[in-house]
Amino acid sequence: MNSEVAVTPNERVLMVDNLGIEYRIGTEWKKAVRDVSFSIGRGESLGLVGESGCGKTTVAMAIMHYLPRNGRVSDGSIRLGGREVEELSPSELRQVRINQVSMVYQDPAKSLNPSIRVGRQVEDVFELMKVPKDEWDDRVIDILERVQIADPGRVVRRYPHQLSGGMLQRVVIAMAIASEPELLVLDEPTTGLDATVEAEVLDLISNLRAEMGTSLLFISHNLAVIRKMCDKVGVLYAGRLFAEGSAESIFTDPRHPYTVGLLRSLPTDDVSRDEAKLDTIPGTLPPLGAEIVGCVYADRCPIVQDICRKEEPELNPLEGNRTSRCHFPERAPDLPRTVAEDPPQRQISDSTLLKITDTSKTFEQEGRPVFALSDVDLSIKVGETVALVGESGSGKSTLAKVILGIHVPDEGGVIELGGDVLEDSVQSRSGDSIRSVQMVFQNPDSALNRRHSVRRIVGRAVQRLRGLGRKRAHEHTRDLLTEVRMGHQHLSAKPSHLSGGLKQRVAIARAFAGSPALVVLDEPTSALDVSVQAAIINLLSDLQAEENVAYLFISHDLNVVRYLADRVAVMYLGRLMEVGTAERIFGGPHHPYTEALLSAAPDRDEGTRIRLEGEIPSASDPPPGCPFQTRCHRKIGEICETVEPPLAEVESGYSIRCHIPIEELARLQQTTPEKS
Amino acid sequence: MTRFVLRRIGLALITLFLLSILVFIGTQLLPGDVGRRVLGPFATQEAVDALNERLGTDRALIVQYGDWVGSAVQGDLGDSISFSRPVTELLGRALRNSAKLAVVSFIIVVPLGVLGGIIAALKRGKLTDRLITVGGLSATVIPEFVSGIVLIIVFAVWLDWFPGTATAPPDSGFITQLHHLILPAIPLVLVLFGYIARITRAGMIEALESDYVRTATLKGLPRTTIIRREVLRNALLPTIAVVASQIGYLIGGLVVVEVLFNYQGIGRLLFDAAQKADFPLLAGGVLVVGAAFQVSMLLADIAYSLLNPRIRVGGKA
Repeated sequence: MNSEVAVTPNERVLMVDNLGIEYRIGTEWKKAVRDVSFSIGRGESLGLVGESGCGKTTVAMAIMHYLPRNGRVSDGSIRLGGREVEELSPSELRQVRINQVSMVYQDPAKSLNPSIRVGRQVEDVFELMKVPKDEWDDRVIDILERVQIADPGRVVRRYPHQLSGGMLQRVVIAMAIASEPELLVLDEPTTGLDATVEAEVLDLISNLRAEMGTSLLFISHNLAVIRKMCDKVGVLYAGRLFAEGSAESIFTDPRHPYTVGLLRSLPTDDVSRDEAKLDTIPGTLPPLGAEIVGCVYADRCPIVQDICRKEEPELNPLEGNRTSRCHFPERAPDLPRTVAEDPPQRQISDSTLLKITDTSKTFEQEGRPVFALSDVDLSIKVGETVALVGESGSGKSTLAKVILGIHVPDEGGVIELGGDVLEDSVQSRSGDSIRSVQMVFQNPDSALNRRHSVRRIVGRAVQRLRGLGRKRAHEHTRDLLTEVRMGHQHLSAKPSHLSGGLKQRVAIARAFAGSPALVVLDEPTSALDVSVQAAIINLLSDLQAEENVAYLFISHDLNVVRYLADRVAVMYLGRLMEVGTAERIFGGPHHPYTEALLSAAPDRDEGTRIRLEGEIPSASDPPPGCPFQTRCHRKIGEICETVEPPLAEVESGYSIRCHIPIEELARLQQTTPEKS
Repeated sequence: MTRFVLRRIGLALITLFLLSILVFIGTQLLPGDVGRRVLGPFATQEAVDALNERLGTDRALIVQYGDWVGSAVQGDLGDSISFSRPVTELLGRALRNSAKLAVVSFIIVVPLGVLGGIIAALKRGKLTDRLITVGGLSATVIPEFVSGIVLIIVFAVWLDWFPGTATAPPDSGFITQLHHLILPAIPLVLVLFGYIARITRAGMIEALESDYVRTATLKGLPRTTIIRREVLRNALLPTIAVVASQIGYLIGGLVVVEVLFNYQGIGRLLFDAAQKADFPLLAGGVLVVGAAFQVSMLLADIAYSLLNPRIRVGGKA
């Protein structure tokens, strides 16, 4: 190959030129990625951001030469270390994968073979690198230590299902870096992990990169993660690169209306729902392979002009070594707000709606008790939003299910709704109390019956919860759809034909069918793209003001919690650790656990990170004393290990479960927290 | 794991107990007067009474049931009326014969079915895949008496390659016996091939498209290693369970084939017992076949859990 000798600057680890990728849908080839070009230099890290369906993963898979069976590279070139990927022979490709490029992706639990021991799977890498067999064991232990696995000798003998998600992702990263590849492709490597684990995995990747000088291609929908991890950022939309530049410039001074829109959709920590609505990006991504004249973003762009609909803009270079595919990049920063109206006015009444007293839930697993909830006391006022936060395994969802009557709590606790005691199980609850407490799940795909139309899904809920006849129910269904800002044209659609955001609106409409007093929202936006998330949060906020409904909002996204919640309850190992107004919880002084959670957010500075040691203990074997003592960075001594602190109301409307006096916590947290 | 096996055995015993009640009701209770049914409408009442007394069918039902189950547990299923021999002896011989036929069928169909499934999965969407899946499915729906008769006509009558009966002459050697058993095994192979191939294919495709196969490929493992080590290990798990669960069918469900090929297996024996109103033999036979099904299901479950580390090694560390 001539081109191989020609211009191959060795410093370029990856060069993607005018890449086009197609998928075969039925008999037609549809363009999923067009004309994408970027390159990554040695030691550099490039982030690709964009909403789902924009082609991020497709690009990554093409680089790995692992497109699905119905996908193909149709145009352009991908060069790894100067060699054209599409022209590699199978054995050359294997060598490239062994030595040059590795990949880590989402969902580590699925990335490892369930029936092969972890150690054997890591060994493969050394076997493929032709390391002598007698060195394998040591090398495996070394590499696992390098990704900070505490007891590698034990971990190698485990099967994947015996390890936690964070641990598995470390193993996958260990395999990926074992050959010290030139390029590491990371596709949503921390999506689905707890914020505390995410923070650790990201730190780990940063450190390894600093040590080995590996280049990164980092794909994520999470803008804060990309900003933290990458030098350069490319913004993808509908398979096209919309903007590229330094992370700093893209995030602080964006020059494309789409980038501006994405950033504005994110809740920030200085604005709450009562101050301003979130900006959204109206409309949806064009369908795969749609042939569009002009700019593909024109239909959703607030500053669209005539020329945008006629001529597709080039990826224009701008000052500051960056590009933007827009005719009017200079106008992007002053993009008009898409959601201009004022936030809805609302009033939280003083009367208590839900009152949970002394409620516990113990499951039995293999003959041993699992203490999922311990003595929870919590109340929610009429029209109020209370957020539940905590790592997975902290009991958030169990509490939600106990309130809904899906799980029957242990004897002794009382749950009251509007002054009346709620029956334990949903089967024995009256129609009225079922109607009053409804739920919206994280994943509308599994919550909505895919065979039924929207009309039937919502209509049935209306009939059952309101006891209306068919005709009146139908009218009410149409009203509900209007209420969740959906057009009536969607009435006969099935969920599979709706976008994620629309599906979640249907789920919300169904929950509101009976005019509930309390809606439990279990991570309602975490499966959605940021612009859609913003629209759903606005909707929830509007509905709350209109219907005077209370929310129990479960989320791991602290920025969303801060924006939406009036009060926050922090859970750990089935207990409430801290309860107070959102302002108080986020403002501090914090419970040490909350302090750690807050410091784990990717937009926090790494210097102030509090590392949580180990994992959340098993609820079947909770530690003695304070449940958090095994991981607490502020542990004061024996009392923490022997006596469980009570949840004490130390200020009006603020309770904390900690042995350290609140004044002392305030003093400690003013100085830079020590790292452990 | 031990707990799981013990619980599974317990469940099998409960099922057998329920089956014994059903069998008892079916063979002792529903026929009404057993002596009359055996001797026919023209026998004298004295003869009927005498037979009932000899068979014990004149006693209270609960006593009869307790007696029957009690001896059955000790390995005594009573005497056959028509053969005047202990039921266990008759069943033992028939069971041995059935097992021979089952083993021959198994040895042919399992490798073929698994291989077919693997090939179909690797060539999925191609012509080979469609031939195997559609062909296998079509073969599954051919009733054994149709395929059996066709086979006899073609291979035994026209071509005379195989004997038309499955029963080898007494004291014949292994090869002769095998020669007799191949033709009767084929209808069973036809029934099971599509089933096994389909399960294997589905397991293969699921594994081939899994994230862990992607991980293995991107690590740089060669394709053959990936298929052998990463794919087959997980893909064959459901197949093994399905195959093991078919042992029961192969032992107890072969009435048609055994009658057609005149083979003294357990299916044939039950058929005869039903025709001759030989209630003790029928009851014992059904119970044994039920036990065979239970054992095969049990084997299937144990095999599955032995091979699946998620069950074998248990939960989180």
